[in-house]
Amino acid sequence: MTSPTSLTPDEVAHLAGLARMSLTDSELARYAGQLDQILHAVDRVGEVAADDVPPMSHPQPLVNVWRKDEVTPGLTAEQVLAGAPAAEDERFRVPRILDGE
Amino acid sequence: MNASADSMHLTSRTATELAAAIAAGDVSARQVTDAHLARIDAVDEGIHAFLHVDYDGARAQADAVDAKRAAGDTLGPLAGVPVALKDVFTQQGIPTTAGSRILEGWRPPYDSTVVTRLRNADCVILGKTNMDEFAMGSSTEHSGYGPTRNPWDTDRIPGGSGGGSAAAVAAFEAPLAIGTDTGGSIRQPASVTGTVGVKPTYGGVSRYGLIALASSLDQAGPCARTVLDAAHLHAALAGHDPKDSTSLDVAVPDVVSAARRADVRGMKVGLVKQLSGEGYQAGVSQRFDEAIEILRELGAEPVEVSCPNFEYALAAYYLILPSEASSNLARFDGMRFGIRVGDDGDANVEEVMSRTRAAGFGDEVKRRIMLGTYALSSGYYDAYYGQAQKVRTLIARDFDAAFNEVDVLVSPTAPTTAFKLGEKLDDPLAMYLNDVATIPVNLAGNAAMSLPIGLAPEDGLPVGLQIMAPSMADDRLYNVGAALETALTDRWGHLLIEEAPAL
Amino acid sequence: MSTAIVNPDFATALQTYKPVLGFEVHVELSTKSKMFCGCPTDFGAAPNTHVCPTCVGLPGSLPVVNQAAVEATIKIGLALNCEIAAWCRFARKNYFYPDMPKDYQISQYDEPLCSNGYLDVDVVDESGEHHTVRVEIERVHMEEDTGKLLHTGGDTGRIQGADYSLVDYNRAGVPLIEIVTKTIEGTGELAPEVGKAYVTQLRELVRSLGVSDVRMEQGSLRCDANVSLMRQDATEWGTRTETKNVNSLRSVERAIRSEIIRQASVLDAGGTITQETRHFQETTGDTTSGREKSDAEDYRYFPEPDLIPIAADPEWVEQLRAGLPEAPGLRVARLQQEWELTDFEMASIVNSDALDLVVATVEAGADHTSARKWWLGELTRIANNDSVALDSLAITPAQVARVAALVDEGALNDKLARKVIEGVLAGEGEPDEVVASRGLAVVSDDGPLIAAIDDAIAANPDVVAKITGGKPAAAGVIVGSVMKATRGQADAGRVRELLFAKLGVTE
Repeated sequence: MTSPTSLTPDEVAHLAGLARMSLTDSELARYAGQLDQILHAVDRVGEVAADDVPPMSHPQPLVNVWRKDEVTPGLTAEQVLAGAPAAEDERFRVPRILDGE
Repeated sequence: MNASADSMHLTSRTATELAAAIAAGDVSARQVTDAHLARIDAVDEGIHAFLHVDYDGARAQADAVDAKRAAGDTLGPLAGVPVALKDVFTQQGIPTTAGSRILEGWRPPYDSTVVTRLRNADCVILGKTNMDEFAMGSSTEHSGYGPTRNPWDTDRIPGGSGGGSAAAVAAFEAPLAIGTDTGGSIRQPASVTGTVGVKPTYGGVSRYGLIALASSLDQAGPCARTVLDAAHLHAALAGHDPKDSTSLDVAVPDVVSAARRADVRGMKVGLVKQLSGEGYQAGVSQRFDEAIEILRELGAEPVEVSCPNFEYALAAYYLILPSEASSNLARFDGMRFGIRVGDDGDANVEEVMSRTRAAGFGDEVKRRIMLGTYALSSGYYDAYYGQAQKVRTLIARDFDAAFNEVDVLVSPTAPTTAFKLGEKLDDPLAMYLNDVATIPVNLAGNAAMSLPIGLAPEDGLPVGLQIMAPSMADDRLYNVGAALETALTDRWGHLLIEEAPAL
Repeated sequence: MSTAIVNPDFATALQTYKPVLGFEVHVELSTKSKMFCGCPTDFGAAPNTHVCPTCVGLPGSLPVVNQAAVEATIKIGLALNCEIAAWCRFARKNYFYPDMPKDYQISQYDEPLCSNGYLDVDVVDESGEHHTVRVEIERVHMEEDTGKLLHTGGDTGRIQGADYSLVDYNRAGVPLIEIVTKTIEGTGELAPEVGKAYVTQLRELVRSLGVSDVRMEQGSLRCDANVSLMRQDATEWGTRTETKNVNSLRSVERAIRSEIIRQASVLDAGGTITQETRHFQETTGDTTSGREKSDAEDYRYFPEPDLIPIAADPEWVEQLRAGLPEAPGLRVARLQQEWELTDFEMASIVNSDALDLVVATVEAGADHTSARKWWLGELTRIANNDSVALDSLAITPAQVARVAALVDEGALNDKLARKVIEGVLAGEGEPDEVVASRGLAVVSDDGPLIAAIDDAIAANPDVVAKITGGKPAAAGVIVGSVMKATRGQADAGRVRELLFAKLGVTE
C-alpha cells in the first residue's frame, strides 16, 4: 500500500539539500522508507475536523513581552571567536560563497 | 567508620538531608562533593551517566559554600548540594555538546539561566550528563557519545532523552539533576529508573541557555529521588527571567510547602481514559491501579475522565517537534562554533555546511530535520504544521475541560518498563510510542510529574505514575506526589530506589 | 557571439509598454540597542565587538524584542496611513547563509504589524507640472539585519572569485523595517520620476519621525525596485525583476529607466523576461543579472516560538498617532507659504536635503533668506566637494545662524563669513572664537580707516577730482584701494561714508 505522502529518494535528496546535509544514496533510500512510514502515521492530524479551531503556536497566552531600548554588556571579539572553527582579522572565516567563475 | 562507608553514607542521603547536615556543620560541602565524585569514579564507567565531570569546578564551588558558612552567611535550602546538569545547558567554559558530535569541544562563553540559578542557590555542579543527541529520543541510545545504562539493569535503557540525569540520580552519583522535557524527557527516564522527575509549567523555568530542541515544548525541570528534593530544586530553578520572552512573570507556586503538606483529602483525581488499556504492559497497569486505590484510601476521589483529542497528540507532536527542531538546528553549520568538516579550500560554503552537518549529526537528528523540513515546506504547511497546531488547541481544550472537573489528572508515565538497549533502535515509530502519555502536557504547556509506584511483577523493573496539573498549579503535583510517596514508602519501609541492585 | 540589439529608447518603449512598479524599502532603525538583544547599533566599531550570544546565534541564546523598535514601526505605519494589527506574530524565514547567524531570519510573514496604507507622492514632470500619485503600501514589518561579509582573495574583493570570506556580526540583529508597496500602475513615462519621488518622500517621512538616519550611502535605507512591463493593450502583468543595489535617489530613477529599456528590448526581440534579482551598476547605469537561488525560495516560514505575539494597545497607538510630527508634504507647503517662496525656490531647498537645516537655522534666529543662502550656497558647495551629506558637515544650524547674525550686524562681510565657516568646519570652535583667533572682524574703528582713506586720497588725486566734480561712482576705486590696504576687513559701506564726509560730497 502506498500512503498519500509517499516520498521518493529524490524528494528526500531535495529535503536533505534544503537542510544542508550531504547524505549517501543508501541513507536517502533508508530515510525515504522511514519518513514515509512516519508521515503515514502523523497524517492522522488531518482526521480532526478543525476548520473553526485556532492554531496554537505558543503554549501560554502571553502578549507584548519586550525590553527597554538599553545597551547591555555582550561578549568580546576574543570570547566570541574562541569557539570558531576558523577566524582571521577578528572575523569568522568561512569558505568561499560562490564557486570560481 | 571507614572512608568508603562514609561516602556511601553521604551519597545515599537525600538532598534535603545533605543541605541540613551542611548547614548544621555536621559535614562539609567539600566532603559531600568529594563523596559524590568518588561515587562517580566508582560506578560511572558502567553507567555512563556523565559526559564531563568538573572535578575542580565542583570542589571549588563546595569550598566556597564552606567558606560562606564559616563566615556566618545564611545558607539556602540547597547550599552545598551536588547537582548533575544535563549537557543541553550552557555553562561558561565547560564542554557543552547536547549529546552531539557536532558540538564536540565547544566551550560556551556564557551561562544558562539555570546554571546562574544553581550558582545563586549555592549548589555544586558536578558535571554534564549524557542525553540523546539534541534531546531527540527516549532511550539515550541516540547520544553521539554512547548510551547510558539503567542502574536497575545495565542491559536496559535509562529512558531518554535525559537518561544521563535520571541514571546519575538512580545510581547515587548525584542527589539531584537537571533535565529537560520536550515530550517526556524528564518523566519517562524517571519512570524507568525509579526516580522522581517534574516537567514544570511551560514558562516556569527559563530556557535561556538551554540548547533548543522544540522551543514551544521544551521545559527544564528537576530530577530527584524524593518528591521533597524535587520541590527544593524546582523552587531554586523557577521564576521569571527577562532573557526568555516565554518566561512567565508570575509568582512561583509554593512547591516546597505543597510537598510538605502531602494531603489529598477531598481532591478529585482524574484517570485519563485514553492513557490506559491497550499498549500498556500488564505490570504497569497493575501498579497504576494499586496506586489509585492508595489515593482513594488517602481520601482522594478517583474519577474517569475522557480527553478524546489525546489520541492525536503523538501525531501532532511528531510534526511540531521536527518542524521547530529543523529550524533550531540550522545554526549548527560549522561556521561559528563546533566542528567543521571538509573545508579543503576548494569546497564552497554550502558544501562545507552540508558535509559538517552530515558528519556531525546522528541518524535520529537527520531523520527529524528532514521530517520538519518537509512539514514546513510550502504546499504541506497547512496539512501538517497548521493542522498539528489546531490539534494542539484541541488538546489544551481537553485539559481545560478535564480540570473543570478534577484537581489533577493521572496516568502511567510510560506504557512499559525499561526495554533492552538496541530493542527499538531500528524502529523509530515504536520508539516514539514511548511518549504517548507524556506528550499531551508538552503540547498544552501545563505541568506534570512522574514518581515511582513499584516494580512490575513480570520483570522487577520500576513503574512510574504521572500526575498532571493545570498551568501554574505545579504545587498540586507535589502535594499529590508527596502523599502517594509517603503512603508507598510507609508500606515498603523505604524508598523504591533502595531496592535497586548494588553497582 | 551575440547579435547586437538596438535598444529602443525610453520614449519608444513607453509607446509599446506600460510599466508596473513595486518597491521594497528597508530602513535600519536608529535605536540604541539591537532588535532582539542589548548590543549597541552604532557604526564603525571594531569587528565582532558589538555581539552577544543572541546576535551571534550561539546555542541556547534567545531573542527579546526591543520595545523602541516596535514603537518606531508603529510610527512609520501610522505616518503611512496604515492599519496597526490588533495582534501579530514574528515568523522565522529559514535559509542558510553565513551572514545569518541562526541560519534563519526573524521577520514577519503573513501577520505584519502595519498594513494597507498609502503615501501621496508629489511628482513634477518635465514641463514643471505637479502630479500627485498615491502609492499604496501593502505592509510595514519588522525584521533583523545580517552581518557583513568581507570577501578575500581573487582580485576584485567581490563575492565572485573570492577564495574565502570573513564575517563581522556587528550589524547582525540591528532592527530593520521593511516597507512594501502594492503594485504601482498607470505611471507611464513618469515611472522613473515616481520611483525617485516615492523613495525621496518616504525618506523625508521616516526622517521626520526621528527613527532612522535614512542614509542610502551608509545602507540605513535600501531600496529594491520591482519593474515589469505589459503591452499597452494587455490586462495581465508581465514578469517582474527585482533590482537591488540601488544606493542613491538618483539611482532609483536610473535603475527604473534602464530596466524598462532593457525589458522592452528583450520583449521586442520576442524574448521573455526571467523572474530574477538584478543588480544596479552605478558606473554604467545598467542592471545585471544576479545569482540564481538554488533553494527556489522555499523559506519554510512558521511562527517564531521564541517570541511572544504583539498586541499593540489601541490607546498606545492613539498616543503615538497624536505625537506624530507634521507630515513632510504639509510642512513644505506651510513653509513655502510662510516664507513666500516660489515652487522653484522651495524645491531647491528640499532637493538639497536642506529643509531641516534651514528650519533649524531659522529657529536659531536667522532669517530664512540668509539661512537658505548659506546652506544652499557655500555649505552645499563644500559638501559636494567633500562628497558628504549636507547634514554631516561639522557645523550646526545655530553656528550658521550666528554667522548670519554677524553679517547682519556688519561685523563680518560675506568674504570674511566664508572664512569663519571654514574655521568652524576645521574645528576651530564657535564662530566668535574663529573671528577672534583668526582676526577676521570687520575693521569698524574709524581711525585706521581714515588713515587708509587719507593715503588713498593722496595717491589718487585724479579720482578725487572726478568725485568732487560730480561723479560719485568713481569712489569705487578709492574704496577698493582702502579694502586692499585693510586686507578686506573694512566695512565697504563705512569706507564710502567716511570718504564722502571727508570730501564734503553727498551721494
